Amino acid sequence: MEKSKIISGCKVVIIGGSAGSLNALMQILPEISKLNGFAIVIVLHRKSTDDQTLEELLALKASIAVKPVEDKVVLKPGFIYVAPSNYHLLFEKNETLSLDTSEKVNYSRPSIDVSFESAAEVYGQTLVGILLSGSNSDGTNGLKAIKASGGTIVVQDPDFADMSFMPNNAIQNTTPDFVLNNSELLELIISINN
Amino acid sequence: MIEDIELETLINDVYEYYGFDFGSYSRASLKRRVSRVIALDGFKHFHEFLSKVRYDPEYYKRMVDEITVNVTEMFRDPAFYTVVRNEILPLLGTKPFIRLWHAGCSTGEEVYSMAIMLKEAGLLHKCLIYATDINATVLETAKQGIFPLRMMKEYSENYRDAGGQEDFSSYYIANYGIAKFNEELAQKMVFSQHNLVSDTSFNEFDMILCRNVLIYFDNNLQKRVINLFDESLAVLGFLALGTKETIKYSIAMDKYKQLDKEKIWRKVK
Repeated sequence: MEKSKIISGCKVVIIGGSAGSLNALMQILPEISKLNGFAIVIVLHRKSTDDQTLEELLALKASIAVKPVEDKVVLKPGFIYVAPSNYHLLFEKNETLSLDTSEKVNYSRPSIDVSFESAAEVYGQTLVGILLSGSNSDGTNGLKAIKASGGTIVVQDPDFADMSFMPNNAIQNTTPDFVLNNSELLELIISINN
Repeated sequence: MIEDIELETLINDVYEYYGFDFGSYSRASLKRRVSRVIALDGFKHFHEFLSKVRYDPEYYKRMVDEITVNVTEMFRDPAFYTVVRNEILPLLGTKPFIRLWHAGCSTGEEVYSMAIMLKEAGLLHKCLIYATDINATVLETAKQGIFPLRMMKEYSENYRDAGGQEDFSSYYIANYGIAKFNEELAQKMVFSQHNLVSDTSFNEFDMILCRNVLIYFDNNLQKRVINLFDESLAVLGFLALGTKETIKYSIAMDKYKQLDKEKIWRKVK
């Protein structure tokens, strides 16, 4: 990992992923013992009928608390938030999260692009966007929006992703600040605001 | 995406020209919806769109129809419908007459879902189901009970997951890509336009369903709408919201008792 760019002043790390991304999270999250003044928001493609399974699984594995996302919940540093199934997750200017059941985007609800673009509007350069494994092009436009608003964009190294299409698509269409394997991703998240 | 200042200009102009107040809508979603309709209708500049909205009442109507979210499905969240079927309908069934209100019913998928369950419980004949929405266009669709045929596979799975035992396809006639639901289901439905932002209570109900509508409102408007529901709900009546919505910031919680973990509350006093 190049050490030239140290991330500071970060408020939110938003992580998007589809097929194969859960594996990466299962490796990374248990190793994080605290978040230095920022929140993690996870947006994964999931079955529309999945009620709480993903939240429960992540809560079981992660050392930091996973907060259930309900409409207008306040986004607080130090916690993990997971986009609920069958809703788009949006960010409000007053640092709350809101939900939306509008049309699927990239065949997905939650859509990674929708959440990334909305987070970019509110958090600008205090946002870090990470895109993981998947076999869909969702996330690329969202990363572009984060970059355009001054945020940092990170893509999982396609060679180490279970499904390389999504990270590859992002690398071809954006200029990531970092392309990292799982242990480097972990290192990056731990280094934020340090 | 449009600029924040543009969105606020639109909100102010719509209020000034048409009296409709989007000021209490959640901004993140509204901004996406407005940006979407501007792109959809091919406007190059925001000011072109704005003057069209100002001076063309027909276009204003179209814009409102397009920015309000009208995505709905039958038996969305089967676990919710299972609780309604097993725990609520038996209680409602003891009443001689049952009044229900679907607030923000959109194209009516949830209204027909409810009618199917009421019919199966042998209660539909003594029900009156009010279904309202701000958007007149979606109400026309809802009245007809015509939904896309391609959705039926998913709906019939939802129906079965919600405890449905019948052959789901017996409830509609398939034709040229559409599914027309049996008119018998619509016999007890009354559709009318109602605006949760500005209209008042119009009846007393035994159950009010308003699922995934409040998410588009800010906390103050949510509070007002919950209080409107409270005024419109009989004691021992039920209020059902979407799976990620709550009444707990809006109303004295000793008036309501929540059922299990579902977003259904019973008015206890």
